Amino acid sequence: MNLSDWWQMVLFLALLLVAAVPLGWWCHRLLDGRLTLPGERHLLRLAGIDPAQGCGWQRYAGAVVLFNACGFAVLLGLLMLQGVLPGNPQGLPGLSWHLAFNTAVSFTTNTNWQSYGGESTMSYLSQALGLTVQNFLSAATGIAVMAAVARGFARQGTTDLGNPWVDLTRIVVGLLLPLSAVFAVVLVWQGVPQTWGAYPLAHPLAGGEQTIAVGPAAAQIAIKQLGTNGGAFFNANSAHPFENPTPLTNLLQCLAILAIPAGLCLAWGRLVADRRHGRALLWAMTGLLVAGLLAAWWSETRPVAGLAAIGADPVNLEGKEVRFGIGPSVTWLVATTAASNGSVNAMHASMQPLTTLVGLAFMQIGEVVFGGVGCGIYGMLLYVLVTVFVAGLMVGRTPELLGKRIEAREMKLTAVALLAPSAVILLGTWLAISCESGRGSIANPGASGFSEVLYALSSAAGNNGSAMAGLNANTPFWNLLLACSMLVGRFAVLVPVLALAGGLAAKPRQETNAGTLPTHGPLFIGLLATVVVLVGALTFLPALVLGPVAAHGALP
Amino acid sequence: MPILRPCLILFAVLTLLTGVLYPLLITGVAQAAFPDQANGSLLRDGERIVGSRLIGQAGGDPGLFWPRPSAVKWDAAGSGGANLAPVTDPQRTTWADQAKALRASGAAGTLPADLVTASGSGLDPHLSPAALRAQVPRVAAARGLPAARLAALIAAHTQGPQLGLLGATRVNVLELNRDLATMTSGGR
Repeated sequence: MNLSDWWQMVLFLALLLVAAVPLGWWCHRLLDGRLTLPGERHLLRLAGIDPAQGCGWQRYAGAVVLFNACGFAVLLGLLMLQGVLPGNPQGLPGLSWHLAFNTAVSFTTNTNWQSYGGESTMSYLSQALGLTVQNFLSAATGIAVMAAVARGFARQGTTDLGNPWVDLTRIVVGLLLPLSAVFAVVLVWQGVPQTWGAYPLAHPLAGGEQTIAVGPAAAQIAIKQLGTNGGAFFNANSAHPFENPTPLTNLLQCLAILAIPAGLCLAWGRLVADRRHGRALLWAMTGLLVAGLLAAWWSETRPVAGLAAIGADPVNLEGKEVRFGIGPSVTWLVATTAASNGSVNAMHASMQPLTTLVGLAFMQIGEVVFGGVGCGIYGMLLYVLVTVFVAGLMVGRTPELLGKRIEAREMKLTAVALLAPSAVILLGTWLAISCESGRGSIANPGASGFSEVLYALSSAAGNNGSAMAGLNANTPFWNLLLACSMLVGRFAVLVPVLALAGGLAAKPRQETNAGTLPTHGPLFIGLLATVVVLVGALTFLPALVLGPVAAHGALP
Repeated sequence: MPILRPCLILFAVLTLLTGVLYPLLITGVAQAAFPDQANGSLLRDGERIVGSRLIGQAGGDPGLFWPRPSAVKWDAAGSGGANLAPVTDPQRTTWADQAKALRASGAAGTLPADLVTASGSGLDPHLSPAALRAQVPRVAAARGLPAARLAALIAAHTQGPQLGLLGATRVNVLELNRDLATMTSGGR
């Protein structure tokens, strides 16, 4: 047993819960409409926006989709044309149509799946003006939708879910930009590069030459973590010593992945005027996170037979960095798959099979354990609805949530939003392993190869972006399959959830009575966690048995 | 409520803010406050760049300490790991080949795991002190230096956990080798 691993995990959880409090307070202030940021009025007037004017769910959804479509089109053009654009000291060529399509979808849906290696593919202009911008805007989209859904619960007798443009502006300018700016400077202090110069050429001690990729990395890495994006500047992501140079940056980045999602639990509670409910969500998520952390740590510290057999210390350091070691690598795996972040500080393909199972499970339940900024909350809301529905069935009365009656329309929309990503994961995996264009990209033999495919689809449909990176995903087949999965995973959840909120906003908010299931307290937390685990297990257990469980069973 | 005009103008303004002003502002602050780190923590001999403090380099010279195996052959413009599952034959073969090479170079006893396994980045600049001590016999023989002096050098370069708590005990191999290269068998 490694005491240092335990200390670091406890410290991480404690700091996370402490950080959630001020972040939750600030997010609520930003989104409840009583605060105006300096300069906000001028900006909104310039764009012809009346901040007092809200809109119904259809318009809110339309605005968000159009805004993302706009980002997609600009990013696609930028990536394909980067070869003839400035800001490209390495002279990197434009991306192929399928890679550009996949990447543009990936970054606008907050997935940040990368079929490419950053330092060998992306010009500085593409990284900054293309990818960094979408890191901000896709994150803001998630939080804005969460705010709109909260208004659906908080308001009554209206169709008004708020003003999407005001929400997006406030989240970017009031939350993401200031936090990222401070964080980026801290990262540079610890060693992350921030330069527009060309890659320097070094002359190593043992002879030969070494071209060292640098770039404006710190600015992008700060928002990559804070916005639960996860798209790396360098191919090795946060395992790269320039992307994550010290154990301190590792702790801070790991916290940055989960801090805003944790704070949003509390902000959600305040927005729907039931702070106990917000805290209950936070505890349910923390409980599931700790369970995953313990399971992954246990699995990853099992001795590796292949190393013992050759007279080596059987510690699985393959794909891990010496400066982090096992504990921080496992903590990161759990954090990045629980949130829809997807950055990695150790290679998931080289982890023990049951460790990868923990990551797969967190992604497949829809990334609701903290989850992506905003989308983690509205993803968890779906499970909350199932929980009150199941509880309502047990006692034979119409379920309620936060004073709103949950009826047929709500449950139908919940079912669509829960089942669409799951269907994409399972059908996509079936398609990929049943045709040669899919199978041809698999790197590892046997069950581990199946896990690669299942992982890629789970990651894309969950808008996560991490990979078991042996898979060669830069082919037309994989780029298109994964891009479609990302689109369904994002918008087939986002639109139904907004529709649900639109319907709820019109309903009266009723007083609770003795027959209402309290949506706080230990009973509710336990029920909710059980529903999450059960729905996930019922959907994915057979697929998980074919992948990581079979690979584990083959261990001698 | 019109939708297209707000969308386009807001997108343009936020793009300018997050994609132009923000990266330029961070670059300005970084280059003013931390120019060494902002440009890649480069180590120089005069004008010549030897490498980066944060980026590992290829081994091969028996008179220098070797780093971990690298799946990308220390290509600092193309980082990455092996991405082989630990339960598969390709991974076991890779490990066995590396162990054989280490044994041939004189490493005895249990091999430290970091000396056999490849890092995730392929550019890991560090090794555990144990992985360096396993190489002392080879380096001592190649340079004609007493093993005790090498052990002392390793100890002097050993960094404990950051802030006493975070991460693992480690040695930066490039910085160690730079000091090693200046040592001669004469000076005690």
